This record gives sequence, C-alpha cells and structure tokens, in this order.
Amino acid sequence: MLGWLAPVAVLAALLLIWYACCVLHVFPSYALPTPLDVAKGFVEEIKAGRLMNDIISSLWRVVIGFSVSALLGVPAGLWLGQYALARKAFVPMLNFFRFLSPLAWIPFAILWFHIGDKPAIFLIFLAAFFPLVLATMSAVANIPSIYFRVARDYNYKGFALISKVTFPAVLPQIITALRVSYGIAWVVIVAAEMVGCQDGLGYGIWDGRNGLRLDIVVCYMLIIGILGMIMDRLLALLTKLPGVRWGYDR
Amino acid sequence: MKDALILDNVSHSYGNLQVLHEINLVVEKGEFVVLVGPSGCGKTTILNLLSGHTKPSSGSIKREGEIRTVYQQDGLFPWLTVSENISMGLNAIKDENARASQLKELFELIHLQGFEDHYPHQLSGGMKQRVELARALAGDSDILFMDEPFSALDYQTRIRLRRELIRLLAKRPRTVVFVTHDIEEAVQLADRVLVLGKRPASISKELHIPAAHPRDLTNVKMINATEEILKELGLQTPGDIDDIEFLGEDQSAKIISAKNNA
Repeated sequence: MLGWLAPVAVLAALLLIWYACCVLHVFPSYALPTPLDVAKGFVEEIKAGRLMNDIISSLWRVVIGFSVSALLGVPAGLWLGQYALARKAFVPMLNFFRFLSPLAWIPFAILWFHIGDKPAIFLIFLAAFFPLVLATMSAVANIPSIYFRVARDYNYKGFALISKVTFPAVLPQIITALRVSYGIAWVVIVAAEMVGCQDGLGYGIWDGRNGLRLDIVVCYMLIIGILGMIMDRLLALLTKLPGVRWGYDR
Repeated sequence: MKDALILDNVSHSYGNLQVLHEINLVVEKGEFVVLVGPSGCGKTTILNLLSGHTKPSSGSIKREGEIRTVYQQDGLFPWLTVSENISMGLNAIKDENARASQLKELFELIHLQGFEDHYPHQLSGGMKQRVELARALAGDSDILFMDEPFSALDYQTRIRLRRELIRLLAKRPRTVVFVTHDIEEAVQLADRVLVLGKRPASISKELHIPAAHPRDLTNVKMINATEEILKELGLQTPGDIDDIEFLGEDQSAKIISAKNNA
C-alpha cells in the first residue's frame, strides 16, 4: 500500500511546488505556465491532431535508427570481442566516437541528408551504435573460457558456436546495453528534431518556444518523459525471457 | 586398440616454470585412473594435455576416441534448460524419437525427472553436477575427463555422487581420467591411483586398487590404500606430529617472515 502511495505522493508534491511557483510569481507568468494552462494546451493539441502526428514521427525515427544500430552494432561487437587484435585496432576509434556527442554531427547530418526523417535517424544511429558495440564487445571478451571448452567437447564450430554459445552467453549484457543506448537515443531525438525536422516531439518544443506557447512546450516535455519510460519498460520485458534470467538472478 | 590414452615422456613448462617432468602414462580402455596430488602440481595440466587443449613442450600424446569433460563447476550452459543441456550430448543422434527416449532414460538415470525445464541456476550444486554427468555420458563418447568434479560440493553430497558415478559407469562404461586432491575420493573410485609429486611433477607412485564396488571408506583395503598415498605425499609420519611436513609450508613461512620484516 505504502509502496504504491509513495511515488504518487512525490508526484503530487512536485505538482504542488510547480503550482506554488506560479502563484508566487517566482518567474514571470509568460515564462512559467500553470498546470491548468498545460492541461488546456494538451486538450488543444490533441484536438488539432498535431501531438499524435509528432509522437508517431519521433517514435518512427527512433525505432528505425535504434534498430539499425542494434542490427549492425551487436554483430560488430560479437566479432570484435573474439579477436584481441581487432579490439586493439578498433577500440580507440570506437571510444573517440562514443565520447563525441552525436549532436556535433548535426551540420553534416543536414548537409548530407537534408531536412526530414533521414538526418534524425542518422543521429539516433550514431548515438546508439558506439555504446552498443563497445558493451557487446567487452561482454564477449569476458565470457568464461569454460563455455568454449565445453563447446569444443560437443563440437560447436563456426556459426553454431557464435549463435549457440557466444551470443546467448552475452545476451543479458546486450539487453542491458540496449536499454542504456535506447536512453541515449531518446534524449538525442529531441535535439535532432529541433534543427533537422519539420515535425516530431523535438520540433514541437522548438515550435512552442518560437510562438511563446510554453504551456505546449511543457505538454511535449511530459510526453517525451512518459514515452521514454514506457519504451524502457518494454525493453525491460526482454529481461524476463527464460533464457536470460540467469544473467540477472544473482 | 586396447590403450585409450598414452602420454609418452611428456614434459611441460609455462614459460620458465616447469610443471611436468617426463610423465609416462598409459590408460587402458575402460580403466578408471585417478590422479592425486597437491594443488598446483599440474593435475589439470595433464588433463589439458590429454584432451589436446594444451600442446606439450616435449614428448608425445596419443588418444583414441571422443572425449567429454566434467568440470568442478559452471560447466553447464546457464541459458539452456537442464533438458537442453543434456541434449547437447545427444547431438550426434539425428532421429527425433531416439533422442527423446535417450533423454528420458538419462533423466531416470540421474533421478532428476521433473527438472527437465529448470535452468541450472535453479538447481543445487549436487544436482548441477549430476546434470553434467548425464550430459557427458549421453551419446557414444569414449573417454570421460573429470577435473575435480565434486570438489565444490559439501561432504555428504560428495560421497553420494561418488556412488552415483560408479553406478552410472556400470550402465555406461567409459575410460575415465579423474583428477582430485581428495585422497578418500581417489581410493573409493579408482582402479589405479597415480600420485603426483611436487613441481616439477612426475608420477611418484602407482597404486592398483582391485577392490569391488561399492567400496566402504572404513574397509581395511581402503584404509591401507589411503595410508600409502598419505605417506607418499609426506602427510603421514609415524613419529611426532610436529614432524609432519605440509606441502608448501616453506613458501608460507617465507611470506610470513617477509611480512614481519616489512
């Protein structure tokens, strides 16, 4: 009972502080909308149909960019993890790009891919790809050697070795890496859409600011946070798969 | 061919550290050989050489037949169920029905019916080792290597699993090379015990134990064999108890004096 009530109480307190700030005019009223303003703005956006359109655009971009980075990054990590020399060769480059904010690529993204879905997908890809490769790679490099000895006794070779031993041995860590890099991707989409797109949640914030409709900006902020949480819960479902439980039940 | 495994004058070094010195060993088909010796004496290295996992610095090795190894722990794939783990050993059988019936028989053999869909992390240590045994004995392998397979278990489980191993081998005979530091285990299981000395190790004693199974630990033959091995390892002296030379004592004494000097 208390466990269920506690987060609700925290949220209520947050709302109350927000409301108090509005009533006490901590910031000028044009710079801080009240909760009621936001609720009205929300209804307005729903009726106009724009919010739904922006949600779908953003989700679409993130899903595509994130999937491409997973489909390329995980196999790349599996490969790199097996060869010490390959790791030595690629790790400095991978680390460099991991620490280079994908937002630094914005000028190129726009020049190469113009305005629309493509530059945003490109930036999402860059945001998720490098952490995924690095996490998969180090997970593979740390697989206990006993699994490979056993695999040899039972004649696992080539692709069967990778798909039936290496991959399942690191799957729990890959799922964790997917959640982390999804978090990065979702943060990046907002900034990417502010400059490279004509729609999407990030663009919605930008547009709201330009029109001084901060109630709508807050609407979009709420949606971004909630959608991020929902997507993370969905990815967390992967950790419930029976074949990966061993990686978390310790 | 009668000999399953041959080590011919094998020596092995890791860098400058010589671990094994001129080991000669012939294991006959169907024989149960146990290697005993202090930890770090190179017992596991011998297994790695026999399996081909490590190449010897000098000497030659012959092996005849398919090898399976049972490890001390964590040899099961944690992402597979018990049934899937055991099925690994049945990969060579292509016929679905034959596999299914083999699998069922193996579960009955290790008394783990009802645990087919459990994962290894849901089992106790003893159950896991029984699953490892079933996996290793599944199908038609010839040679079984066991690297301290019961050492991580509690005493009672260990005794029970020794009996279980003997029972399983009676149903599915294999050539066994078993490595342990547990002398009791050695005399209870082995047809032949080989005692390894200190580094660089060579076989310092060979002991045939012709007693029938099941072997009672308190049986006179077992006690005599235990005594002989203990003597060989320098762990049994007739005189004052202070005379007992523990292996590795000189090293720990050095460490203590180094600590005191620091």
